[in-house]
Amino acid sequence: MRLSYTDSERAFRTEAADWLRSELCGEFADVRGLTSRVGAPERRLEWEKRLGEARWSVIGWPAEYGGRDATMAERVIFAEEYAGAGGPPRINHVGVELLGPTVIAYGTAAQKARFLPPIATGGSIWCQGYSEPGAGSDLGAVRTRAQLDNGEWIIDGQKVWTSLAQFSGWAFILARSEPGSVGRNGLTFLLVPLDQAGVSIRPIRQITGDAEFNELFLDGARTDQGDILGAPGEGWDVAMALLGFERGVSTLGQQMAFRNELDAVIAAARANGSAQDPLIRQRLAQAEIGLRLMRFGALRMLDQEGGAGTGAAITYKIQWASWRRSLGELAMDVLGQAGQVAPALPDGDYAMPILTDLFLNARADTIYGGTNQIQRNLIAERGLGLPRELRGDLKG
Amino acid sequence: MRLAFSDDQVAVRDAVQAFLAEAVSSESTRTAMADGSGVDWPLWRAMARDLGLTGLAVPEAFGGSELGAVETAIISETLGAHLGAVPWLASTVIATKAISLGGSDTQGAEWLPRLAEGSAIATFATEGFEIRNGRLTGSTPFVPHGNVADLIVACADDQTFLVPTDAVGCTITAQTTLDQTRPLALVTLSDVEAAPLPALDWCDIEPLAWTAIAADSLGGAQACLDRTVAHVKERIQFGRTIGSFQAVKHRLADMLVAIEQARSAVYWAAGEIDAGGPDARLASHAAKSFACDTYADCAGHAIQLHGGIGFTWEHDAHLFFKRARGNMSLMGAPVWHREQIARLMPLEVACD
Ligand SMILES: Cc1cc2nc3c(=O)[nH]c(=O)nc-3n(C[C@H](O)[C@H](O)[C@H](O)COP(=O)(O)OP(=O)(O)OC[C@H]3O[C@@H](n4cnc5c(N)ncnc54)[C@H](O)[C@@H]3O)c2cc1C
Repeated sequence: MRLSYTDSERAFRTEAADWLRSELCGEFADVRGLTSRVGAPERRLEWEKRLGEARWSVIGWPAEYGGRDATMAERVIFAEEYAGAGGPPRINHVGVELLGPTVIAYGTAAQKARFLPPIATGGSIWCQGYSEPGAGSDLGAVRTRAQLDNGEWIIDGQKVWTSLAQFSGWAFILARSEPGSVGRNGLTFLLVPLDQAGVSIRPIRQITGDAEFNELFLDGARTDQGDILGAPGEGWDVAMALLGFERGVSTLGQQMAFRNELDAVIAAARANGSAQDPLIRQRLAQAEIGLRLMRFGALRMLDQEGGAGTGAAITYKIQWASWRRSLGELAMDVLGQAGQVAPALPDGDYAMPILTDLFLNARADTIYGGTNQIQRNLIAERGLGLPRELRGDLKG
Repeated sequence: MRLAFSDDQVAVRDAVQAFLAEAVSSESTRTAMADGSGVDWPLWRAMARDLGLTGLAVPEAFGGSELGAVETAIISETLGAHLGAVPWLASTVIATKAISLGGSDTQGAEWLPRLAEGSAIATFATEGFEIRNGRLTGSTPFVPHGNVADLIVACADDQTFLVPTDAVGCTITAQTTLDQTRPLALVTLSDVEAAPLPALDWCDIEPLAWTAIAADSLGGAQACLDRTVAHVKERIQFGRTIGSFQAVKHRLADMLVAIEQARSAVYWAAGEIDAGGPDARLASHAAKSFACDTYADCAGHAIQLHGGIGFTWEHDAHLFFKRARGNMSLMGAPVWHREQIARLMPLEVACD
């Protein structure tokens, strides 16, 4: 067991920290500390490009596609420094952390050469079209259809809750390509350009007042026959592998962003004296403990082969999501009535103070990427070997 | 930064796991409970003689192996999983460590070889005593395994003393204890002559002690989960195994989520202690509070999910439940440990 970093890891940290500081205190000072994922989109797109130019965008990818072949430890270090420096949420999170690794795992050589470099350089933004009005937790209920016609897939259906689609050039979607198939069979994983007549996007205003996610209507939308990952009808495995990236590695470096949020709650508690309340102190201590344990859980995941246990990975999503939701609740108790009102805004828009926004925002964490209930099913079935959920049969 | 065990640590773990799986059983623990000593003597002797575990904290010069906090945690976790009824925590982890760390050469030479070979048992008492005219007086009812101890490491007025239990003025009364695998004794000292441990700061013992209790809790919680999972896969009600019901599955899943966090806590704390890291106290407070809470929850869920049989004396569920409660109360309740963390954070009102 070694609780310190190697020399090369330390050097990497310094290099990352120096670069981030110079950019985020210099030319990109205006995006530093941005929390909403939809504010200042143009500047964020420029920030994506700057990250790409300096090869800090996709450090975990192979060098030939714009990455740095970074080790897992380096990826965590970078994520920590990024959050510590006040880096804004990545507008291309989906492309960088979800689609990219999936293309690397399942794409052909030609697909890798075509799709990966533009993500790395910030030129192509992606969104994830899994959910549908009738297919949320039960992704096998996807009904969007895809049909081959003259070398092109023709896609009809409706997706929902598609985050950041309004800024995206491409979506990857899961669609049923074998009429009459059910469940996980007969699905295809398609890469679909959004800038075309058959696609329309309607933002959905959410609990925070922002509109981060959207409805995505596919009405005879087209994509090339070759623009799929995996074989036709075998998209389920690709879709699940991508979900693995969503729930696992890509969230390892979040703790520093969480640290910033907890520090903001602590600062509020000190400022208004609630830090002297014994019950609030207990909960702040609990939050501190939870944060530290996430960090060491992440480190144990880095050492899958090691002796300190490997069950950490499967429990990580529910851990962090539940932790952050509790932090939001604690923030509101710390703020008291002050959490109820927003500072006067020029345009009278609904925008709550940052900790109130955390309280609202955190309600999504236990839903997206698999709800807490779905996580518990996974843990019980895969982690503990308990029987699979019964599936209903809704006919007629 | 790595949290994986070294090869040597893996070897210790594998050896201890294999050994305890053979050496401890529900019967051997229950025999220890029934004979009033709370000690599974064959197990204790084998731990000392065959594996040399009792010499863990002892310098090699005094016949020990001088291993670290990670090894202590590994062994404590495994003992906790098997509910071993031995004075491991009081004697090996706490008292022997205190003497190794803070005793004079003479004190070391007198006690450490015997403690290392397991022929003497020591325990500790942190409250209840005061120094009067250079002698110790007072009493405390909560001395773990005091009933079988040859030596007490006793704190009084910011100093720590060695009190052999056959000293004139020392009386020890065994008590009936909630957790019969770790009985507590009433120790009374009246005007007892005792030698201080010259170089000991009790604060240096605490993180290791808290972490060992946390590790015992981690092992116990995991055992509760494993046993309950096995049960719900077998037990049939309403024509299905009860493990197919979501209310049952989700509770078990929550147990695993908490246990994985407790595991992170224990190995983080142990690693910090071995590294002499700045967060050793914070980490061990976190481990003690989180792992003890987790154990208590898991042991409670284990009883619930076993149904009626879980409430019987015959079933082992109550042994875990009682150990869990004992761990929680020993050396500071979770609430107290969290308050210590709050002080380290710190949460004082900002001054400007
Ligand atoms: C902020 C946000 C961003 C999102 N971004 C995207 C995106 O970019 N792309 C995308 O494809 N999707 C996205 N989603 C959708 C998200 O993945 C789904 O909302 C989620 O999978 C849950 O599906 P649902 O909303 O249909 O709820 P439902 O599946 O209808 O669930 C409703 C309730 O029933 C429970 N439930 C359902 N099934 C079970 C079961 N088997 N056992 C026990 N309980 C069950 C759920 O836990 C939940 O409490 C996003 C969601 C949010 C909130």
